Amino acid sequence: MHEKNHSCFISKTIIKNVQTTQTLPTVETAQKLGLLPEEYDKICEYLGRKPNFTELSAYSVMWSEHCSYKNSIAWLKKLPKDSPRMLAKAGEENAGLVAIGDGLACVFKIESHNHPSAIEPYQGAATGVGGINRDIFTMGARPIAQLNSLRFGNIALDKTKFLVKGVVKGISDYGNAFGIPTVGGEVYFEECYETNPLVNVFSAGIVKIGKIASAIAYGVGNPVFIVGSATGKDGIHGATFASEDITEKSSSKLPSVQVGDPFQEKLLLEATLEVIDKELVIGVQDMGAAGIICSTSEMSAKGKHGMVIDLDKVPLRQANMEAFEILLSESQERMLIVGKKGKEAEIQAIFEKWDLNCSQIGEVTDTQRLHFYQKGELVADIPASSLVLGGGAPVYYREYTEPSYFKEYQQFDLHTIPQPQTLEEYQQIAQFLLSHPNICSRKWIYEQYDSMVGTANASTNLPADAAVVHIKGTDRAIVICVDCNGRYVFANPEIGTMIAVCEAARNVVCAGGEPVAITNNLNFGNPYNPEVYWQFVGAIQGMKAACEALGTPVTGGNVSFYNQSSSVNKQGGNVSNAVFPTPTIGMLGIMDNIHTQRMGLGFQNVGDMIYVLGNITNDIACSTYLYHYHQHKAAPAPFFDLQAEIDLQKLVKGLIQHQLIQSAHDISDGGLFITLAESALVKQLGFSVFMPESVKENQIRPDAFWFGEGQGRIVVSVNPDKVQAFEQFLIENDTVEATYIGEVTQTDFLIDGELWITTQEAKNLYDNTLENLLD
Amino acid sequence: MKFGVIIFPGSNCDEDMIYVLSHTLQQNVVKLWHKSQDLQNCDCIVLPGGFSYGDYLRSGAIARFSPIMQEVIQFAQRGGYVFGICNGFQILTEAGLLPGVLLHNQQRKFICKNVYIKAVHNKSVFSQKFHLNQAYKVPIAHSEGNYYAPAHVLEEMQANGQILFQYCNANAEVTQEANPNGSLLNIAGICNKQGNVFGMMPHPERAASNILRNTDGLTFFESILQIAYA
Repeated sequence: MHEKNHSCFISKTIIKNVQTTQTLPTVETAQKLGLLPEEYDKICEYLGRKPNFTELSAYSVMWSEHCSYKNSIAWLKKLPKDSPRMLAKAGEENAGLVAIGDGLACVFKIESHNHPSAIEPYQGAATGVGGINRDIFTMGARPIAQLNSLRFGNIALDKTKFLVKGVVKGISDYGNAFGIPTVGGEVYFEECYETNPLVNVFSAGIVKIGKIASAIAYGVGNPVFIVGSATGKDGIHGATFASEDITEKSSSKLPSVQVGDPFQEKLLLEATLEVIDKELVIGVQDMGAAGIICSTSEMSAKGKHGMVIDLDKVPLRQANMEAFEILLSESQERMLIVGKKGKEAEIQAIFEKWDLNCSQIGEVTDTQRLHFYQKGELVADIPASSLVLGGGAPVYYREYTEPSYFKEYQQFDLHTIPQPQTLEEYQQIAQFLLSHPNICSRKWIYEQYDSMVGTANASTNLPADAAVVHIKGTDRAIVICVDCNGRYVFANPEIGTMIAVCEAARNVVCAGGEPVAITNNLNFGNPYNPEVYWQFVGAIQGMKAACEALGTPVTGGNVSFYNQSSSVNKQGGNVSNAVFPTPTIGMLGIMDNIHTQRMGLGFQNVGDMIYVLGNITNDIACSTYLYHYHQHKAAPAPFFDLQAEIDLQKLVKGLIQHQLIQSAHDISDGGLFITLAESALVKQLGFSVFMPESVKENQIRPDAFWFGEGQGRIVVSVNPDKVQAFEQFLIENDTVEATYIGEVTQTDFLIDGELWITTQEAKNLYDNTLENLLD
Repeated sequence: MKFGVIIFPGSNCDEDMIYVLSHTLQQNVVKLWHKSQDLQNCDCIVLPGGFSYGDYLRSGAIARFSPIMQEVIQFAQRGGYVFGICNGFQILTEAGLLPGVLLHNQQRKFICKNVYIKAVHNKSVFSQKFHLNQAYKVPIAHSEGNYYAPAHVLEEMQANGQILFQYCNANAEVTQEANPNGSLLNIAGICNKQGNVFGMMPHPERAASNILRNTDGLTFFESILQIAYA
């Protein structure tokens, strides 16, 4: 082993070999830790000997799916990563980094906390919020807005209600105290998420270019600090836990769920930004999954250096922690900082000001290895790069096969679905959709989030399809949203994922933004199941196609496999036990001038004229109407045309720039009728609309027109004074079909002259459904 | 005027308050650190919203013991102007500078939304620019904003004109439906008997921007700025 004297930091006699008094673990132990036999062999190869238990534990977490992306990275590499705005490529830093003008960059990322939330929803969700925000401020950026994307099972079940309340309160308590507004999100309830809820949290921050911190270690002799909370036994093997199916025994893994403290996080934010701003540090990395072992190995590998760490210097919450426990602990609100030599006192003074721990635990070395000491003995000696993604971590190409349901879904025949016959039936469908848990107002949820702290959320008083967040000190804003309809992705992974990307972009465009980049949260079942993996591969192919067409590269994100209830592990289980494949898209858009470019989703004035922009198709496939009202599940993804989508978005950008429209709202869940209702409810107005003759001539069914979820459509309203200019603009940009359907009225929803529902009734159903179900 | 905004660990509306006072209203503003005991000759001390000291134990319960608060208490007792928003209001009640307490919201949930408030009278320095019988849209964001005081205290407060703002509907009617958290008498903001210390749960600093399309909260700040002209 290494003869080189690492540094003077460990003053005790350096022991040349790792301690081997204990019996070395066997391959069976490796398997219990979640490693495969061939992975154990690979570890022996990297070390040139058998690993001790501490080392084996380090590999087991670093090579878990959660940290290594071993089953996904081969495909993730195919995603587009370049655009002139990109300052860091996916995987290079803790989060994506995009130039937004005025010498500023936006740092943004989405991350899942699905498995912890399934077991302990409150802490699971809370620590998810903590983790994603650390990813942002570890780069020197101050978070300015958060979003979340949630999935639960049938809302009628008590278990679902328990999970919803716990998750929402967890996000609320953590995010509110931390002081970053939650400005938007999405929630769906489908049976497939019953055992495996999805909790995906997104955060975006702003940093001056030139003040960006990197997760890197270099410079022999530079001090390594652990800062923030003390290290306890919580969350040990959490990363491994996240890489297994949920079983009945999972609740016995409760210690794998970490506990969060937003107050510590707030102090850590301020102190971290201060040391970065004062240029006292070489590199910073937050500690999330896999704790100290992850930060030390990733920072060292990136800087092609090593570290010598004295575990006795780590502030602990409890006595007698084993070396592997200290290395793997996922205690929250901690960071690893590589300081500049000579700046130790200044760094410590800043953390002292914020009443936070700041302990020097080691130094940077040139060995490219990690040497961990405890009680004067070398307890682990590992080549840093052998642990990490892009270094020694395994990469697998998994098999995939088309599941049998796919062909069956393609054979859907619209004619087998009866059309509504009477006005009463249409009225009933209108009520059903307005009060459907996947469509109704999310007020019960979002009012528990502080959406206004920071005084930058411009959507409070002008609701839009995406959240518009002002960047103070400039005229700019970021425009952000999260989107994914898992039902569409299940029906057709490739098209469903293209739709998710395009819908996110469409939402940004409708709010007045220019889509520039995405982050993704890929929630799937067990990757060892070839049918699940087929869903994953299709999703990646769809994402690649849509992102390339829109010019929105993928800046990074998170993969969450094993969202599958099954007693079988590593054999793959059954695709029908998996959640809907849910590649959640977090879209970043930019608005150069918040004073002139904004657009809301609500109708503004009585008499404004309503148009549908985009293709009107005879399509109800995969709609809420078909799936939940008719309870017909076997159908392909809804109509989708990538080029038409791009043309539509270009047109609407132009309409907003030329100030020709009063509102823009995209057609999604619930179809045209729900889109009109949502636009009307913002100011409690009404509408009188009709199905045009031209549409009837095309043999389009009324239920497809009103409730179909064919993609690439946006409802806009136009002031009568501007109709001429509006129509002229359409003629000049005649790639997009535009259909006049009626006008905004004082009250009530009139369809073809008949009252489907009053504005007041619609408001009651829309606003109170979740409250009635959950309180 | 010179404003001093106190920064407690866990304050998170401090920057929003400073932004309105210095950027929007062009006033002189200094930050006062909780460990300090120097109020830097400020004319008005501001306790911003947030979760001071994590709001552990009870909202505002720890903050009142901080070094700076000992100075604030003396300053207030000498007649200095002090106001607290949200967590700042909670701290002022915990410190005994304002009567009553702020209990958990009736719904036992955090609530963040726009609500309407109206001034009960405009004879106070904190309400002097408000029009009576007009509803002002100002957001709330709290878990513990349910104002409570014993009946005899409330009577005394009413007699002294200490109740300054009440929750109301868009038509400036004080109704039960317009009460977002269960506060007695729909109380949103009060002052002390001397009239120099004020606290309110709604956030006027969140309603003071054209970009955010709500400037109703500016009336509150304009009221205070009258002090400088008095």
